[in-house]
Amino acid sequence: MTLLQIQNLDLSILGLKILSDVRFEVDRGEVVAVIGESGSGKSMTALAVMQLLPHGTDVNGSIRLDGEELLTKTEKQMCGVRGVDVGMVFQEPMTALNPVKTIGEQVAETVMIHTGASRAEALSVARETLSRVGLPEDRFPLTRYPHELSGGQRQRVVIAMAIALRPKLLIADEPTTALDVTTQAQIMALLKRLVDEDGMGLMLITHDLAVVADIADRIVIMKSGEVVEAGPAVQLFRSMQHPYSKALMAATSHHPVRKSPEVALHAVPVLEVRSVVREYALPRTSLFAKPGAFRAVDEVSLKIHKGENVGLVGESGCGKSTLTRAILALEGTQAGEIRVGGELVTTKAGASAAARRKMQVVFQDPYGSFNPRHKVRRLVTEPFYLMGREAPTGDALELRIAEALENVGLSSRDADKYIHEFSGGQRQRVAIARALITHPSLIILDEAVSALDVSIRAQILDLLADLSDRLDLSYLFISHDLSVVRAITDRVMVMKAGKIVETGETEAVFSNPQHEYTRQLLAATPDLEAALKRREIAAA
Amino acid sequence: MRAGGNASGPSRSLEPMAPYLLKRVISLVLSLLAASVVIFVVLQVVPGDPASYMLGMNAQPETVEALRQQMGLNDPIVWRYLSWVAGLTHGDFGVSYTYKVPTGELIAQRLWVSLPLALYALFLSTIIALPIGIISAAKRNSAADYGIMGVTQLGIAVPNFWFAMLLVLLFSITLRWFSAGGFPGWNAGFFVAMKALTLPAIALALPQASILARVMRSSLLDTLSEDYIRTARAKGLSRGQTLVRHAVRNAMIPVLTILGLQFSFLLAGAIIIENVFYLPGLGRLVFQGITQRDLIVVQSVVMLLVFAVILVTFLVDIAYAMVDPRLRGRA
Amino acid sequence: MSFGALPDEKRGLVGVAFQSKSFALGFVLTGIFVLAGLISFVWTPYDATALAVADKLKSPSSLHWFGTDHFGRDIFSMIMVGARTSIAVAFVAVGIGIAAGVPLGLWAAARQASIVDEIIMRANDLVFAFPALLIAILITAVFGPSAINAIIAIGVFNIPVFARLARGAALTLWTREYILAARVAGKGAFRISGEHILPNIMNLLIVQGTIQFSLGILADAALSYVGLGAQPPTPSWGRMLADAQTMISLAPHMALFPGAAIVLTVLGLNLMGDGLRDLFDPKLRRSRS
Repeated sequence: MTLLQIQNLDLSILGLKILSDVRFEVDRGEVVAVIGESGSGKSMTALAVMQLLPHGTDVNGSIRLDGEELLTKTEKQMCGVRGVDVGMVFQEPMTALNPVKTIGEQVAETVMIHTGASRAEALSVARETLSRVGLPEDRFPLTRYPHELSGGQRQRVVIAMAIALRPKLLIADEPTTALDVTTQAQIMALLKRLVDEDGMGLMLITHDLAVVADIADRIVIMKSGEVVEAGPAVQLFRSMQHPYSKALMAATSHHPVRKSPEVALHAVPVLEVRSVVREYALPRTSLFAKPGAFRAVDEVSLKIHKGENVGLVGESGCGKSTLTRAILALEGTQAGEIRVGGELVTTKAGASAAARRKMQVVFQDPYGSFNPRHKVRRLVTEPFYLMGREAPTGDALELRIAEALENVGLSSRDADKYIHEFSGGQRQRVAIARALITHPSLIILDEAVSALDVSIRAQILDLLADLSDRLDLSYLFISHDLSVVRAITDRVMVMKAGKIVETGETEAVFSNPQHEYTRQLLAATPDLEAALKRREIAAA
Repeated sequence: MRAGGNASGPSRSLEPMAPYLLKRVISLVLSLLAASVVIFVVLQVVPGDPASYMLGMNAQPETVEALRQQMGLNDPIVWRYLSWVAGLTHGDFGVSYTYKVPTGELIAQRLWVSLPLALYALFLSTIIALPIGIISAAKRNSAADYGIMGVTQLGIAVPNFWFAMLLVLLFSITLRWFSAGGFPGWNAGFFVAMKALTLPAIALALPQASILARVMRSSLLDTLSEDYIRTARAKGLSRGQTLVRHAVRNAMIPVLTILGLQFSFLLAGAIIIENVFYLPGLGRLVFQGITQRDLIVVQSVVMLLVFAVILVTFLVDIAYAMVDPRLRGRA
Repeated sequence: MSFGALPDEKRGLVGVAFQSKSFALGFVLTGIFVLAGLISFVWTPYDATALAVADKLKSPSSLHWFGTDHFGRDIFSMIMVGARTSIAVAFVAVGIGIAAGVPLGLWAAARQASIVDEIIMRANDLVFAFPALLIAILITAVFGPSAINAIIAIGVFNIPVFARLARGAALTLWTREYILAARVAGKGAFRISGEHILPNIMNLLIVQGTIQFSLGILADAALSYVGLGAQPPTPSWGRMLADAQTMISLAPHMALFPGAAIVLTVLGLNLMGDGLRDLFDPKLRRSRS
């Protein structure tokens, strides 16, 4: 008998259809990856198995666990299933734990409520489980509070809570999406190990094909509430049938076509950073000691030449955001200097309008990047403030707006819309139009495609490649995602703990990394093709 | 919103709480000093000559001079302020101009009415409001929730002194269960005294309980939509267990803030309610002080009430740190 | 908090607001008293200050709808005139709170963690330590009781309320990427506060404004009840209740009507505030994802 059998699952919330005729199975000891973009219904399927659905949800069909129908169980019976037979891990480890309870208490709670074990017994199970997930007591006492742990460590605690009673099925909903690549690789390895040790089934929900390519036994691809394709992992990856699956696969490893850049090595560099230092005061550790300082950016130097696209990669906390903010003159520096097109940014009075005019920025969040009360016309023309009296007016202004919008694939009619009338991908296009409107020589792309679904991301990458070819722009492309950086940049810099540890031609760095940390990063970065090859070799 | 390698340093036991506590204590002392300066300036400097102000327009110059001597008004202002504060620290509030007795004694007598009244009301408000707020949130959008929301909406809109009059009309004049006012003193027995404070305490508590219940409800609803509540449910906790073990304690943080604020409203409200029930508390004292231009009495009572408010704010800050471990390490 | 929600483009804020039953009911309730106050400038059934001892303590009748008080004054007329005193005091006090508090809060947020921020916030804390009634007592102890002093007392208490609200909301907005974009465009803190922050915290200010308005009505009633508000012969709701208290066993109607007027006005304002908050709350009206 299959462990989990979902058949004809229909689900609607307040009359709105979310899932229709979803069917797939998960067997013991098997990793089934459920893949889909936002709105595909993958998370709702998981919540349906847990019977943790929002109010007003209507479910039909069948979900059997070990032959027992879950949909007909009462809420009380389901409480006996959750945590015992099925455990669940969520996406956001920073908020998934109760901030006012210790990690030991929270893991022990699973044990206490289901087995009636005493507090001491439950804590000893918690100790053992936390140690299994890589948080041994000598380094991570049970009395730690969640805020004292990093994101990856918190996710381990959540996993410990879910597996404390050795459930038959574990559901993990985007368990590594909020984590850095190296942490992601560790968590994936941990999940795989637990599946092997306990022989439990794992339903792994993700938007990223590459992340699961190494460990998935079977793949289920969902779109708009339906399963479009399912099958054994390697076989399915190699011979996809459904057009959507193919498109998803293509978008995942999308490389925009680019002209070879004409780098002007001898002209004034568009960006020059020399020995920049940015420190933050640390909170006092004792009352009388002088507060220490944390060097977020430590003696960083770099140059970007005209016509060149440069990537800056590193994990969270490495200082890349701080450096970006310093270049944009959003934050002061303690030493060194930054010049944009020869104009000094790091002055006491802040960057001059001349310096600011030569650079623009596109941020990560397509939703938070615009004042919701302004029309697109006003949003995209905001940088004209830098030009003061020289800013175009009247017909000239209209032409510039139309030019910027048409450059990013929108129409000049869009100028009179409000931002909430656009989708996430379109908003990112508006953000790029805003960056283009003053004809800058440098655009800083701060995780500019990280929040987008893969298919949208591919389109935006194409747009960026096209713009840099046509408009002779230079990009500073900041990202935690190495595959994206590889696709769009000529040169790449790797940053760690405030320092740039490696820099070079993108292809050279990726194929032959010199620094130990770069190697680690590359090893941890999911690579679909490499993973498939490894598995095919292993199978043969 | 990525969450990788920013593990925080080690922190254990109560030691990290020391900077937090110290910062709170410093801020307590500074607040008290600032408040005393404000009160002193408003009451002793602004009126010009407090002595002639207190005696009124028709006073003889000799009488004014005598009072100036008695009040020490011929000393420099800074010296007067410092000696006032020095007096305060050992309970010497100065001598009341009208009663000719130390103001400290007057206040101490009256405090034995006002403080029990405020605490009684705070107690009533809390034991009524918290359960109702929790029920309302747990049974969101039920008839009980709508009923509670409706009643509390009305409760907020009712002025407590008017509610007090309605209580008198019903329980004293019509039903004759309680006397309409007055206070027999604690010598008459604990229960007799408490009975006299019951209607005033109910009148004070009703609007505060309404506010508190609504805050409790919305805070609990906010907490219930947190991710860790879903995590708890995924562990197999029932709705009720989740509420008790995870939601209520976390939801108490904003409730504590309101409780702290309410104490000051209760003290101030007590000043008014004492008028309705003819209770010999601080409120009566301060209004007599105003009508008789007895600045020393007004100044002392206001200082005492402000001291109470600042002290309660301090206690609430300490309570925060007990509820929320995240605050302990923070200076 | 409520930043994302936008008024419906076609109907505008007012049109949308009336979709909320709370708001509509509250608007009608408050509207009645505002209207009564306005009409009282040109017409009242009787002269609200004229004594007619022969008609004293009359119960409600067709002649005197709400009866008369111990001086024979018509209570209906007094409530009409009292409405304008109460509403004017509370309204001006909210105005003081917004006019002084919001700029202070925005300033503090723009200079976050600087000495300016620290001074503004500590001063706010200090004012918070004086409940409105204590401020009123301090002021009246020196300057004597009057409606103006009541306005000042309530208004001063409103300043830290709006300053804290504006600062808190603005701080959240300062981290938004569209504010960063404006900074990249070289705009200064003053311009950004006016152009991007203020319009986006307006919702919150309006909601808080209605709440402070209702608290102002209650505070004014309390102050005039203890004799620290508008002085006789100007009728005020609180003063009417103080008079009623001595007559409560003889003429309960004297206490009933002014009290009900206070309750209904405050209730109306609170319902309006709740209705607006529900409309602005992104949890109920999501404009994104």
